Amino acid sequence: MKPPAISPAFHDVSRQSQAVFRAIMQAMAQPGRTGLLDTGFETPAPLAPGAAAILLTLADFETPLWLDATLSASPATTDYLRFHTGASLVSDPQSAAFALIADAERAPPLTAFSQGTPDYPDRSTTLVFQVGSLDGQDWRLAGPGIKGETVFGVSPLPAGFMQQLQENNACAPLGVDVLFASQTRIAAIPRSTRIMEAR
Amino acid sequence: MSSAPVYNFAYLDEQTKRMIRRAILKAIAVPGYQVPFASREMPMPYGWGTGGVQLTASILGAGDVLKVIDQGADDTTNAVSIRKFFEKTAGVETTSLTGDATIIQTRHRIPEEPLTADQILVYQVPIPEPLRFLEPRETETRQMHALQDYGLMHVKLYEDISRHGHIATTYAYPVKVEARYVMDPSPIPKFDNPKMDMCSALQLFGAGREQRIYALPPYTQVTSLDFEDHPFERTKFEKPCGLCGATGVYLDEIVTDDQGGRLFVCSDTDYCEGRRGHETDGGVL
Repeated sequence: MKPPAISPAFHDVSRQSQAVFRAIMQAMAQPGRTGLLDTGFETPAPLAPGAAAILLTLADFETPLWLDATLSASPATTDYLRFHTGASLVSDPQSAAFALIADAERAPPLTAFSQGTPDYPDRSTTLVFQVGSLDGQDWRLAGPGIKGETVFGVSPLPAGFMQQLQENNACAPLGVDVLFASQTRIAAIPRSTRIMEAR
Repeated sequence: MSSAPVYNFAYLDEQTKRMIRRAILKAIAVPGYQVPFASREMPMPYGWGTGGVQLTASILGAGDVLKVIDQGADDTTNAVSIRKFFEKTAGVETTSLTGDATIIQTRHRIPEEPLTADQILVYQVPIPEPLRFLEPRETETRQMHALQDYGLMHVKLYEDISRHGHIATTYAYPVKVEARYVMDPSPIPKFDNPKMDMCSALQLFGAGREQRIYALPPYTQVTSLDFEDHPFERTKFEKPCGLCGATGVYLDEIVTDDQGGRLFVCSDTDYCEGRRGHETDGGVL
């Protein structure tokens, strides 16, 4: 039997991944601010194109990748990511450089992932959440990259996620950095961002 | 030119760019922390900005407008050759106008014109570790950063005061980022230090030989180290620029003849030319 074909990704890797990277970099440098993620390709469900574009831009054979139960249960998704990134898929979240979460409501706690070490805080996991909306107004953010304060919110997310982000920030410079990708947009909350409930 | 070698866009291969891009994101997430990266051999010697060039190559897109300055000047050898490098390998538009540039690669200066949120400033860094001349062992300096053990740096500044009566460090003046990491701002004059604080633009630092990348996101708190009774003081110049008359800018001394004649002029050539209405083409002499 002929194996199912793996759908294509970037048609011009150099230029397209550069554009996606600039969107990721701007999101990380300006926490809570959403940017456009122009992908232009389709991905096998439940993998969303926005989140896939982030991994295609950043992940390769040097970066172990952790997938949540929803994604790892889909052979089309694992084949797609293995083929296009070359990243090895790992089951231990502590050993992952990147983690991709499709079922955001049932995401494991942020502390399940690598937090880095005091000597090398960069050796931590970067989490990518596939989410529906980045237009919420539940949180106030402050810190590097933000002039004064900004209002931001994501859905869906697990209950108590704001407290998790607060604890993550309290441990900085240790901790994880979180990217949120909707179908066409991206935003980030790095460990340096302080989170408060919106007034 | 059909026999000319064909490079990947912006010279670096895609895997190298991914590795550098990952380091950039970590550097932005932990402002002031030096992220190790696997610096590549570049077609220019160390000391010519290989760190800055690798950063620029990793962020540069076809729509970017690139400006390169060396000690504030657009027309010096280092700036011209790096600009030509990216014209050739990426085909991007280049400019000498600070306001028109989306990416500015710099060696040892911050432009006088305030930067905007749409711009990225890329610094070339020779020695990224501010503690290196005080403690040569990397294992030790790494632990000092981890423990925020910056007493040695304050002792160094104190010794300056006891010897000279004031803090005699005039360039590469150490800063503290968001009250956490002590960072080397690269050998910019201390005159430029206040421009880093709450800057609207993203600032990226690359050290090629030392294999380190660090960053300041926009609107990040950057404080020059000092003492309550010896506060940080910005360099002051007694006279205005000899060409454009600007005050409150950083001036270079230029020897004009062999009779002891000298002229103090803006180090930022674009700023100076802009004030003089761009009637001159490049050089000041």
